[in-house]
Amino acid sequence: MSIEKPSSPTEIGVTDDGLDYDALAELLGGHVLDRESHVNAEGFVIRPDEVQEVLSTLKTEAGFDHCACVTAQEYDDRYESIYHLRKYDDPTQELSIVVPSPKDDPHNQSAARVYDTADWHEREAYDLVGIDYDDHPDLRRILLPDTWQGHPLSQDYDQSQPQIVTLRENANPLQEDRRSEDDPDTMFVNIGPHHPATHGVLHVKTVLDGEQVADIDPDIGYLHRCEEQMCEHGTYRHQIMPYPDRWDYSGAGIINEWAYARAAEDLVGIDVPEYAQVIRTMSAELCRITGHMLALGTFALDVFGDFTAVFQYAFRDREVVQSILEDLTGQRLMFNYLRLGGVAWDLPEPREEFFEKTRDFLDDLPYKLEEYHDLITGNEIFQMRCVDTGILTPEQAKAHGATGPVARASGVDYDLRRDDPYGYYDELDWNVVTESGCDNFSRVLVRMREVEESARIIEQCVDLLEQWPEDDREIQANVPRTLRPDPDKEIYRAVEGAKGELGIYIRSDGTDKPARFKIRSPCFSNLQTLPELAQGEYIPDMVASLGSLDIILGEVDR
Amino acid sequence: MSSDQTPPAVNDVSTQEARMGEGTDDRFNSTLREAFGSTPFILTKFDQFMNWVRGSSMFMLQFGIACCSIEMISTYAIKHDLDRFGAGIPRASPRQADVIVIPGTIVSKFAPRMKRVYDQMPEPKFVISMGSCTISGGPFQEGYNVVKGAEEIIPVDIHVPGCPPRPEALVYGVAKLQERIANGESSPVTVKPYELEQFGDLNQDELVQHLADEIDEDELVMRYNWEDSP
Repeated sequence: MSIEKPSSPTEIGVTDDGLDYDALAELLGGHVLDRESHVNAEGFVIRPDEVQEVLSTLKTEAGFDHCACVTAQEYDDRYESIYHLRKYDDPTQELSIVVPSPKDDPHNQSAARVYDTADWHEREAYDLVGIDYDDHPDLRRILLPDTWQGHPLSQDYDQSQPQIVTLRENANPLQEDRRSEDDPDTMFVNIGPHHPATHGVLHVKTVLDGEQVADIDPDIGYLHRCEEQMCEHGTYRHQIMPYPDRWDYSGAGIINEWAYARAAEDLVGIDVPEYAQVIRTMSAELCRITGHMLALGTFALDVFGDFTAVFQYAFRDREVVQSILEDLTGQRLMFNYLRLGGVAWDLPEPREEFFEKTRDFLDDLPYKLEEYHDLITGNEIFQMRCVDTGILTPEQAKAHGATGPVARASGVDYDLRRDDPYGYYDELDWNVVTESGCDNFSRVLVRMREVEESARIIEQCVDLLEQWPEDDREIQANVPRTLRPDPDKEIYRAVEGAKGELGIYIRSDGTDKPARFKIRSPCFSNLQTLPELAQGEYIPDMVASLGSLDIILGEVDR
Repeated sequence: MSSDQTPPAVNDVSTQEARMGEGTDDRFNSTLREAFGSTPFILTKFDQFMNWVRGSSMFMLQFGIACCSIEMISTYAIKHDLDRFGAGIPRASPRQADVIVIPGTIVSKFAPRMKRVYDQMPEPKFVISMGSCTISGGPFQEGYNVVKGAEEIIPVDIHVPGCPPRPEALVYGVAKLQERIANGESSPVTVKPYELEQFGDLNQDELVQHLADEIDEDELVMRYNWEDSP
C-alpha cells in the first residue's frame, strides 16, 4: 500500500515490536534514577542538572530528534518538567524524560541548547507554572504580560489579585530610531498586534536595516485565553469537548476534537466503533480542506494584497464545505461533534442527499484546484515572490519541532495519520504529500496537494458509509456517564491537525477532571521557525513567510 | 414629469403616485424619494441628512482577534457580501474607519492595544461587539487572563451574541446599527469608565508598591481588578 514508510536504519533500543526501554536505560546508565510507566511510553526520571547531557545522548545516539512537547506541572511535593521525545522517522517510538525539581526553589537545566524548540516551550513553562530553567538563552514571560504577578498554573496562584499591564511595546518606535550603537542605520518597527498581515493578533518586533530584516522576535500571547485552565476545570465526558474547536479556529475544529478524544479514549480505554471512525475520518478531512482553503486565501491576500479573486474564491469553496459540515454537525464553525467513544449523531437524513452534496463538492474540486493553480502557482508574479524565499532546511525544521505542511514542504516526511495511525486512515488509499523546495512556494503547494489527498480520503469514506449495512451503524461506544481514570495515569497522544502534530498531555488524579491538561500546538512550534525564515530577507518576504507558516493565533497562544 | 400624462385628480392616489403618473420610468422612484417624500425638493435638517448618509456608508476596520474573525471574513466575502448593505470592504487603518467590529476574546495583554486602536479612529465612531466573548468573556470567562467583555475597555453600540455568531447574525447587527445611526443615535452611555489611567493616578495598593520601581511613571498602564469584574 502506498502509505507504508521506508524502513530506517536500526538504532539503540529499536526492535520489531516497539522500543526496548531496557536498552535505552542501559545507554543512559546511572542517569536514570527511576522509571515511570505512562500510557504512551515509559518515562525516565533524571536529575535536574543532567538534562542537557541526557537529552543530547538520546538525540545523537538513540535518534530521538523530535522534542514534541515540554509539559510542566506542580505536584504537592515537587515541580516536574516532562520532555516528550519522539522520532521523525517513527513517531510511535516515544520516550518521556521526567525532570523533577524541588518545591521551594524549582529550577532545572534547560534543554534549549539541545532542542531549539525547547526554548519557547520552557519559556511557557516558566510563565505559567513558574519553573526556572538554568542556562536558558532568553528566559522571560512569553504568553502573559511582563508585569504579571504570579504563575497562573501553579498551586498558590491567587486569581483575584489585581494586575497591571503597560503599553511599553507600543511606544513610538521612531523615537528610538537607532537601536544599536554599532549599527546606527537600523530601525525598530512594530508589526502588529493589530496588522492585516499578521493573521490575527501576533506582534512581530522587527529591526530593519534598510528594507532587510536584521532581527526579528515574534511576541505572542495576545490571545492567551487560558485554554489549559479551562480544560482542567471541565469534566472528561462532556465539558472539555467544546474547547478544542476554539484552538485552531480556521474551520479545523473536528481534528482538534479528535486530538482530545484520542488522548482521553486511550487514557480510559474506550474503543470507538468502526462506523464512527469512518465518520470521524471523513469529517476531519472536510475540516482539513476548510483550514487549507483559509490558509490559501489569506496567503494570496498577503502576497497579492487584494481582497478579490483568490481570496474570494477560497471563501466560496470554504462555504461549500462549511455547508456540508453544518448539515452533519449543526454548526458552521464550532462543531462540537465528536464524543468520547464516538460521534454525536449519525449522518443527516436523507442520507442520499448528504452523499450527493458531498460528491458534488468532490466532483467540482479538481476544476477549482486547476483554477487556483492558474491563478496562484502558475502566476509569474507569485512565483517571483515565493520561489526561493523563506528557506527552511529540513535540519532547521526538525530542530524547531516543525510539523505538518511546514515540515513536509521541507522534505520531512512526517504525517501522524500514516506514521501513528488512528481512525480509519490505515484502511484507506492515500499519499503523504511532501515537497523538497523548502521555500514559501513549497508550503503553499503542499497545502494545495493535501486538499486533493483529503478529497480522496473523503471519497473513499463516502463510499464506505454508503454501503454500510443499516443494522450496524453504531455511532457511540458504551461509555460510563462519569469518567474517572486511575490516579496518576499520564498520557501524551497526538493527531495530525491541519497545521501539524496536535498533541494532548493529560494527567489524571482519580477525579472526573484532569489534573493537568497540556496542549502541544503545532502552530506554536511552527512559528518558532520564523526568525530562520525571515532573517536577512526583505520585509515583504517576511510577510510572505509568515503567511506560509499558516499560524492560527488561537492555537499558538491557547 | 412629462406633460402628456393623465391629470392627477383621484383622491385615493397619493401625491407621489400622482406625480409619477402611469408608465413612468421606475428609476425616479428612488430610495431617496422614499426617504424624503415625493417633492423634488429635499427639505431636511442637515444633521438628519448626515446621519442617513453616515449609516449608509460605513467604513469598517479590518480587525481580527479570534474565532469570530473567521465568520466576520465570511460575512465580508462572497455569499454573504456585507458590501451590499453599504458597509463595505474593510479598511486596514483605524484612521480611515468609522466602525470597529470586535471579533473575539480580549485578554489582558491585548486590551490596551485594542483601546489604542479605538482611540485612533476618528469621530464619530461605532463599535459592534461580535460573539459571547466580547459580551461577557463567553466560554473563557473563568480564565485568569480574560477580560470579561469589551465594555470593560471601550463603549459598545451593538452586541451580536453567538459563539461565533453566524454571518447572517452579524449582517443583522450591522443593519441594526445602521438603523440606529440613521435615526440619529450615536454612542451609548458608557457602562464603565474606560480611560487609560496614568500610573500616578492609581491607588497605592500592594501591587503598585511592588511594581513602582519597575514601571516608568509617565507610562500609560491598564489595571485589572479581577475582583470587581462582573
